[in-house]
Amino acid sequence: MGSNWDWQVFMQDPGGKYPTYWEWMLSAWGWTLSVSLLALIVALVLGSLVGIIRTLPDSPWLVRLGNAWVELFRNIPLLVQIFLWYHVIPALIPAMKSVSSFVLVVLALGFFTSARIAEQVRSGIQALPKGQRYAGMAVGFTTPQYYRYVILPMAYRIIIPPLTSETMNIFKNSSVAFAVSVTELTMFAMQAQEETSRGIEVYLAVTGLYVVSAFAINRIMAFIEKKTRVPGFIVSASGGGGH
Amino acid sequence: MMALDFSFYNWDVISKFVLKGFYFSIILTVVATIGGVLFGTVLALMRLSGKKWLDTPAAIYVNGMRSIPLVMVILWVFLLAPFAIGRPIGAEVSAVVTFIAFEAAYFSEIMRAGIQSIPRGQVHAGQAVGMTYGQNMKLVVLPQAFRNMLPVLLTQTIILFQDTSLVYAIGAYDMLKGFETAGKNYGRPIEAYLLAAVVYFVMCYALSYCVKRLHKKIAIIR
Repeated sequence: MGSNWDWQVFMQDPGGKYPTYWEWMLSAWGWTLSVSLLALIVALVLGSLVGIIRTLPDSPWLVRLGNAWVELFRNIPLLVQIFLWYHVIPALIPAMKSVSSFVLVVLALGFFTSARIAEQVRSGIQALPKGQRYAGMAVGFTTPQYYRYVILPMAYRIIIPPLTSETMNIFKNSSVAFAVSVTELTMFAMQAQEETSRGIEVYLAVTGLYVVSAFAINRIMAFIEKKTRVPGFIVSASGGGGH
Repeated sequence: MMALDFSFYNWDVISKFVLKGFYFSIILTVVATIGGVLFGTVLALMRLSGKKWLDTPAAIYVNGMRSIPLVMVILWVFLLAPFAIGRPIGAEVSAVVTFIAFEAAYFSEIMRAGIQSIPRGQVHAGQAVGMTYGQNMKLVVLPQAFRNMLPVLLTQTIILFQDTSLVYAIGAYDMLKGFETAGKNYGRPIEAYLLAAVVYFVMCYALSYCVKRLHKKIAIIR
């Protein structure tokens, strides 16, 4: 094996929407990126909300709701959750029937990841000294105000390293979308492998694109961490993540 | 809104379709945990050895594994295994090999962090009372490191159990596949997926609750 590479395979015609496998692969990469980025937005919004309500003072029911959310989405495998969104929810809720599988995968991946981000947001908020909260109260801020101006700005800076690895996880987890026929990179790899029988070349190219994407995210997050750093408030030594 | 009907899920259906997959999911989890911890320990020791020729290959392996999706690793092993041993292997065997190789990267990072979390003073104290490197590791560092990392190792095992569902990519017969097959055979796929979700949830929730209890019990209070 390996002695006779055939990279020309990427110039062949898959006989469908795309003139070459090469163009098909780039489009698949685009699907991977858009699923991941949209899911990341869903996860950040939901995860922040759930994470914040888990730290609110004097609202035990909101805290319980937040905890239940995290347990629910953390203890079911992602693939099963994608099947629930794709097969079960449209059958139970007729209004969801017309929603495309792309949107369903974004929602599945976003909700799944929101539980992890909620956990990070909660631990980021709880890592701050209690005095910060009291200081906000003491100057007469309402609860939303001291969260907005005192607690959250510091909490988000603390959790940039775990958020970096979670962002990289979203890109890796988007590969599970193959199971419901979203033509992202993994789906492309499986189909092109079957059609061309040049599995090694196809898998190498796809794996390379995943590694490039992961590295790019790592650098972007390191840049954000550097730009938002507050002098004298050192939360971590380096960007963390996979590299 | 369609009506759900779980009535056909009796013990016969479960033992015929689901149990086989359930056993495979459990065996895969247990074998991959044991194999992954063993291989991961080797990787962690290589990375902590301080010797470049051991550290570098281990670092490349661990970081490489951690930057590609598990599904791709599953596909790679399934593709390459026949070349490596000269004959095709089953999806199940291929899955076991994949999970050991993949999880070792994650287990090694947990162990490295666990060993590094022991304060240097502890090592120095061991040296001060005249312990050799081996004694120091065995009597001072590892017992504490193991207590610190046991909950994390167990949590990783729960994640591993969830990840076993991804063998779907190569058509191995695991618990999810078992539910799916039963659902297809009886024309009740919706109920099958719902039941699968409930079973996974109950198992993972119960396990993570136990890990939480254990963590409280064995945490080292400083």
